[in-house]
Amino acid sequence: MASIEGGDGGGGHKKGPGVKKAKKLSTHLDMTPMVDLGFLLITFFIFTTTMSSPTTMELYMPKDTDKDDEQNKAKESGALTIMLSKDNHVYYYEGQLKEDASNFLSTNFAGIRKVIIDKKKAVIEAHQHDAGCEKIWAKNGGDKKSCLDKDLVVVIKPGELATYKNTVDILDEMTITNIKRYAMVDLFEAEKILINKTEGN
Amino acid sequence: MDMTPFVDVAFLILTFFIMATKFKPEEPVEIKTPNSVSTKELPESDALQVTFDSTGRVFFSVLSEKDPMVKYNVIKHMNDTRSLGLTEAEMRNFVKAPAIGVPFSGLKSLLAVPAEEHKNYKQPGIPLDTLGGELFYWIRDAVGTFTGKQLKYLIKGDNEAKYPAFKQVLNAFKKNEIFKFQMITALEDAPAGSELEIIRKREKAGGH
Repeated sequence: MASIEGGDGGGGHKKGPGVKKAKKLSTHLDMTPMVDLGFLLITFFIFTTTMSSPTTMELYMPKDTDKDDEQNKAKESGALTIMLSKDNHVYYYEGQLKEDASNFLSTNFAGIRKVIIDKKKAVIEAHQHDAGCEKIWAKNGGDKKSCLDKDLVVVIKPGELATYKNTVDILDEMTITNIKRYAMVDLFEAEKILINKTEGN
Repeated sequence: MDMTPFVDVAFLILTFFIMATKFKPEEPVEIKTPNSVSTKELPESDALQVTFDSTGRVFFSVLSEKDPMVKYNVIKHMNDTRSLGLTEAEMRNFVKAPAIGVPFSGLKSLLAVPAEEHKNYKQPGIPLDTLGGELFYWIRDAVGTFTGKQLKYLIKGDNEAKYPAFKQVLNAFKKNEIFKFQMITALEDAPAGSELEIIRKREKAGGH
């Protein structure tokens, strides 16, 4: 194939005794080491590269306030409280927690989305025409429909045993279900006791 | 056998990886961040980052890709206000260090170690309490050196970290009158059929 033709062994035409044949060098190189190195580099880059670029999720916390009149008031009909506990357990109740805890329900991260969506639907259905709110939205060039769920407030209460992943997941759930008003606060004593009772400690 | 096309493709892949690779900055702890549907990009400069791992150890770092002097100013300011007694070389070392996770009392001995070896140095984490602990001072002094710049505050937490650790980090920021954070997460798609997916599709269609 790529052999260097040497001497006059070949069957070409004969040249005179004084004519030296120009030495033809092969153009074929052994590329194996280069290819080896190439693959080594590929392997290196595959291992070191980070494909999924990190993103950031925004979180706005309110300023802590003790003054009663500065606290945001939530309508009972539109409130949904979600509590996070150990082993990805999620508890929730609508409105106020009843004395007998009959509205204290348990679910998990797969089920909580439906709870939020159902609550949102219920709030939108119960919505009464609010001219004041619609005026504000119309003035700012927004969608009047944003008034429909203005009473909906989700209160997120991560417990001591909830993980950071749980917290981020539930905040993410707010983005997914497009909840505009939500707050992250601490558990009440009564809720802590209920969770402990449910989990059997 | 002619291997030329094969080698061609291999080198094409190699080129792609060289172009696409961005080395992640070295960190003293490995953090597995949670996923979120958020698409906002991570800032590289003018940001303070607080990292906490699964055991609740807290680390502090200043991100200033463009200007290393920013980091130097932060440590110089810290050295003056908290009388840490750092030498010039130790402050230079801080600029190269990826993240700091020691109490003020241990800072001098950490910075005596070259920055490249910090990942082998056992760092106990910055002490925290409900009032913010030493992290409060780190944030306050770092913010103080960044006058006139829009700073971003990043929080990077491990999946398995408990909520109280996160809350204490938030408290340290809140004590500094900082209420807007960015939590570092890995990207995941909006779930099919969700309201968010519908909104994003609509935005996409409207944009064209």
